Amino acid sequence: MQATLEVQPAVSMAEPVLALDGITKIFPGVKALSDVSLKLYPGQVTALVGENGAGKSTVVKVLTGIYQPDGGTIRIDGTPVSFPTAQRAAAHGITAIHQETVLFDELSVAENIFIGHAPRGRFGLIDTATMLRDAGALLESIGAQIDPAVRLRDLGIASKHLVAIARALSIDARVVIMDEPTAALSHKEIAELYELVEHLRAQGKAILFISHKFDEIFRIADRYTVFRDGQFVGDGMIADVSEDELVKLMVGRSVDQIFPERSVEVGDKVLQVVEYCHPTEFDDINFSLRRGEILGFYGLVGAGRSEFMQALFGITKPSKGVTRIDDQIRIIRSPADAVQNGIVYVPEDRGKQGAVIGLPIYQNVTLPSLSQTSRNGFIRLAEEFALAREYTSRLDLRAASLDQDIGNLSGGNQQKVVIAKWLATHPKIIILDEPTKGIDIGSKAAVHAFMAELVAQGLSIIMVSSEIPEILGMSDRVIVMREGRIVTELDRDALSPETLVRHAAGISES
Amino acid sequence: MLKRLVKSREMILLSAILVLLVLISTRFPGFVAPANMANVFNDTAPLIILALGQMVVIVTRCIDLSVAANLALTGMVVAMINTMAPGLPIPIIMAIALTLGAMMGAINGLLVWKVGIPPIVVTLGTMTIFRGIIFLLSDGAWINAHEMSASFTGFPRAVVLGLPMLSWIAILMLGVFFVLVTRTPLGRSFFAVGGNPHAAVYTGINVGRTQFTAFVLSGALAGLTGYLWVARYAVAYVDIAGGFELEVVAACVIGGVSIAGGIGSVGGVLLGALFLGIVKNALPVVHISPFWQLAISGSAIIIAVAFNARANRTQGRVILKSAEHAT
Repeated sequence: MQATLEVQPAVSMAEPVLALDGITKIFPGVKALSDVSLKLYPGQVTALVGENGAGKSTVVKVLTGIYQPDGGTIRIDGTPVSFPTAQRAAAHGITAIHQETVLFDELSVAENIFIGHAPRGRFGLIDTATMLRDAGALLESIGAQIDPAVRLRDLGIASKHLVAIARALSIDARVVIMDEPTAALSHKEIAELYELVEHLRAQGKAILFISHKFDEIFRIADRYTVFRDGQFVGDGMIADVSEDELVKLMVGRSVDQIFPERSVEVGDKVLQVVEYCHPTEFDDINFSLRRGEILGFYGLVGAGRSEFMQALFGITKPSKGVTRIDDQIRIIRSPADAVQNGIVYVPEDRGKQGAVIGLPIYQNVTLPSLSQTSRNGFIRLAEEFALAREYTSRLDLRAASLDQDIGNLSGGNQQKVVIAKWLATHPKIIILDEPTKGIDIGSKAAVHAFMAELVAQGLSIIMVSSEIPEILGMSDRVIVMREGRIVTELDRDALSPETLVRHAAGISES
Repeated sequence: MLKRLVKSREMILLSAILVLLVLISTRFPGFVAPANMANVFNDTAPLIILALGQMVVIVTRCIDLSVAANLALTGMVVAMINTMAPGLPIPIIMAIALTLGAMMGAINGLLVWKVGIPPIVVTLGTMTIFRGIIFLLSDGAWINAHEMSASFTGFPRAVVLGLPMLSWIAILMLGVFFVLVTRTPLGRSFFAVGGNPHAAVYTGINVGRTQFTAFVLSGALAGLTGYLWVARYAVAYVDIAGGFELEVVAACVIGGVSIAGGIGSVGGVLLGALFLGIVKNALPVVHISPFWQLAISGSAIIIAVAFNARANRTQGRVILKSAEHAT
């Protein structure tokens, strides 16, 4: 397959309002964007498509002045510009409606729309009457029947979205960025949003529409641009492309990652999950996990994978469901129960959910295992240190002293401490949620090698990952979830990037 | 590194106390005589005991404003028990005080844990309720020295090995809390809960229950201090120790306990309480107006918090590989 699939515009279009050229953004250890291009045309909806981690959110942040690119040019009407601050981006008529709408619950609708640029009256005070009138006019222009004086918290999610859109239009926007606007909406609300997008298009706005949902893209977009791993892959007119072609562009081929060879005999069932349900997050989850197996959980962000894992680990309560460990029914009501039954969970957000900044490394490691190192309720410091030393050295942790604060370690080393913490509890099953998210390639390889070593020792791993190469390279079996349900279960032999994306995005077999 | 920093902060506080003592001794040399220092310690003992309980509460990201009201209510109850049954032995009185205080702490803890009300609101409410209950119990009347038995009022003052029992109890509690905080899984979980509640949950620590336990400990110490206070001053009424909760919080803050949770030490709390105790006892003897005492205590709080803030600010991310080992 060729790397790019250039599709020339069929007819010569108007000049783009906004053009990104060769934009590069580097974070420590990660190249988030590498030489990407993006063009937005007036009166057209451009869908930005790509896997999780393709760089879509980063590009939005570059466009709105939150991140500064390390290279490349941004042009508006052909003139190079830069956005050192969010205000400057807004002054150029670029506005974004975010995934989670950033609004103020306790303020009125009108105040939300005009915050930061409210009409001023005498003495520089806010002219409330004008503000209410203008807000009403704006809301009416997008067909929203919302009283501008009402408090925002009294509105539903869809109405809040409309307010966010009205706010976006209040600064006379020429470019409107919608970052997964339908993620939290019901079907009826989505239909209303589509109407609004049509409306904005008719007004000649250039719209950047970010979405994972193919049906949506093909219904609403005029053009597409595809990113993969922070790189521009292709663009063109939606009318000239099929779903299959778009999937191929998104997935491409991974080239540089090498995964450890594994030849583990998969053993008996260690875990069976039967009919796990939750009123709002997931439904009817059934699967089993065998000894020495790596079971991948793939899906789009928001498919309910982490939510299910949290229920399995006892953090949230499922409304229904049975867990069998080694063929015994076990009731897991709290994380402490889970740890006792040999299940541990290494969460995705390690800074927030993993490491206790302020405690030294050794205390972080031994936190869940203090009963092992205590006699009569008192901690034996020598034993505690020995335990911490044993597991941190197994992970090749590089630190001056185990007595130093974990906050002074790099992300990769913090990750090692968090994993060491869990290994010290002698688990049977490890749930790894996005184990290599946000760490550099070298550390990724180390984590993968370590996972292979763990299963070789007879542990079982559930790996939640949104990275297709990782899922393909590491899993013995993959479960794909979509919208809170298991869509399919695939054996290693049946895996291909295309099938994964198809199932995750809900594209029917062609 | 942080541990060293905390230690150095304790050293700074200790130096400040020493400088303060030197300044006082130039005006009034008798103040630093061992006998007087023992008196100052004894006078500060209730503050030390309460601050120890407050410390574990603040470390878990809560605050207990009801300690002084708890102290007054428990004090009133044990004083009333003493007037009705003068023969009841002191160990039983102390057990009652501890239990009653712990129960009041448990009410705070349950409201925080099970109902999910912010700790400052819960304890502001129970503080007022406890004071109100004292009024209902006593009808606003005082219980005076002559109504209490001699053994009841005598215990805190009884001198053993050169120090009054009140001081010995404070020393005992310092020891107990030092071991609790540094050497038990419970103590460790206080810091984990305050340092990173999310991580604590994933570690299998029940955050709510840990906070509840901290409130129970704080309440129990307040109850114990209630007896000691009433017996030492030989009087019980509605308003004893009014406003004392703020002094307790101040002792913690000056002692380096982070109001954001997760940081604190027994040594720091001891020094914070001693600092306030010395200021309070020294100013009258060197003829400085008591209003200066308030100003000095207030400045100490702000300086201490400024130190904390600076210490927290230096904890940046270490991105450079070369910086990792340098710390």
